[in-house]
Amino acid sequence: MSIFYPIQLLANWLTYSVFSIAPKSILAEAVSFFIFDTIKILLLLIVIIFIVSIVRSFLPPEKIKKILSHNNKYVGNVLASLLGIITPFCTCSAIPLFLGFVEAGVPLGTTFSFLVASPMINEVAVVLLFGLFGLKIASLYIVSGLIIAILSGIIIGHLKVENLVEDFSNGKKANELNLSSLSWKQRFIYARNYTFGIVKKVWFFVVIGIAIGAWIHGYIPAELIAKYAGGNNWYAVPLAVLIGIPLYSNAAGVIPLVGVLTEKGVSMGTALAFMMAVTGLSLPEFLILRKVMKTKLIVIFAGIVGVGIIFTGYLFNFLIK
Amino acid sequence: MIKILGMGCPSCATLEKNVKEALKQLNRTDEVIKITDIKEIMGYGIMSVPALVVDEKVLSYGTVLSVDEIKNLIKNI
Repeated sequence: MSIFYPIQLLANWLTYSVFSIAPKSILAEAVSFFIFDTIKILLLLIVIIFIVSIVRSFLPPEKIKKILSHNNKYVGNVLASLLGIITPFCTCSAIPLFLGFVEAGVPLGTTFSFLVASPMINEVAVVLLFGLFGLKIASLYIVSGLIIAILSGIIIGHLKVENLVEDFSNGKKANELNLSSLSWKQRFIYARNYTFGIVKKVWFFVVIGIAIGAWIHGYIPAELIAKYAGGNNWYAVPLAVLIGIPLYSNAAGVIPLVGVLTEKGVSMGTALAFMMAVTGLSLPEFLILRKVMKTKLIVIFAGIVGVGIIFTGYLFNFLIK
Repeated sequence: MIKILGMGCPSCATLEKNVKEALKQLNRTDEVIKITDIKEIMGYGIMSVPALVVDEKVLSYGTVLSVDEIKNLIKNI
């Protein structure tokens, strides 16, 4: 974490010299922790989202649809999951995305791989994980998310559930769209607007999450949390997943909190499972998807992904002691 | 005829506002129609909204254009 050293110096200087809080006190510890994490995370968010947006300007969903409609199913599952990483997911884009894939003849399993990876592995979650947990945990999250997305898609593909998708075809074929290519200037403008849009939307939750985290970091004893959410409780993982489902919109604030909880004894597998449930299983997404598929299919989809996340949680609780 | 495709997300409303502002600045009185029906939207081959369609041609999708960008796109139509 040496590249963040200047930020630590700044945080210390602000805490001790500007706010004149006595060094080594609990308050000083909490304040310096808060300043350091807030600056670090906001900087990382701006840099990473900007880079991802530039990459994304080369791969709009219309192009991804074209790529995925020409592949056999296993390659398709892997590709769809990888493409899901750089594609933003907001609930208002879910329906056109889903219908566009179905209409273009992308296999249902491949479509689901994409639907799992796109929200679960998003740049905001990855930045927060990298900034607060380090490279190793962020990579573990990405790799296990990818595996869950690929396997869920393959399983759903084998279930032959195409009949559970609502029929939306209007008889005529969609116009072939001419994909216009953007100039670099347009890409930069797009990336800048997108970055500031996202940061504007999440900064408040991030700051609140880090603030509560800083308070816990300074004031809550580790024993209390470890007792309820440590590795020894068998129910910790499924419980964490259940709590995570309704929290999607606040993922940006939840992850900094979880970061601190792991310091205080929550085991890593439980924390990872919780964060995957927050990002990957979202109630608003299910409600929106209800318009294009039968409830039964949504339950199957949520069930498979949920089991995958719980399994991942147990696995990492077992592997990382 | 100018169409704005979108199912009612906030960015669709912003695009509509910008289009109307662009038309006003160009002293034009084209009709602006909002298309919210998903079947109709899918018929244009787009998957990201909001989209701007002029005379049945998709000019932009998946992005909220600024007033100036819209003016540049429509001034010759």
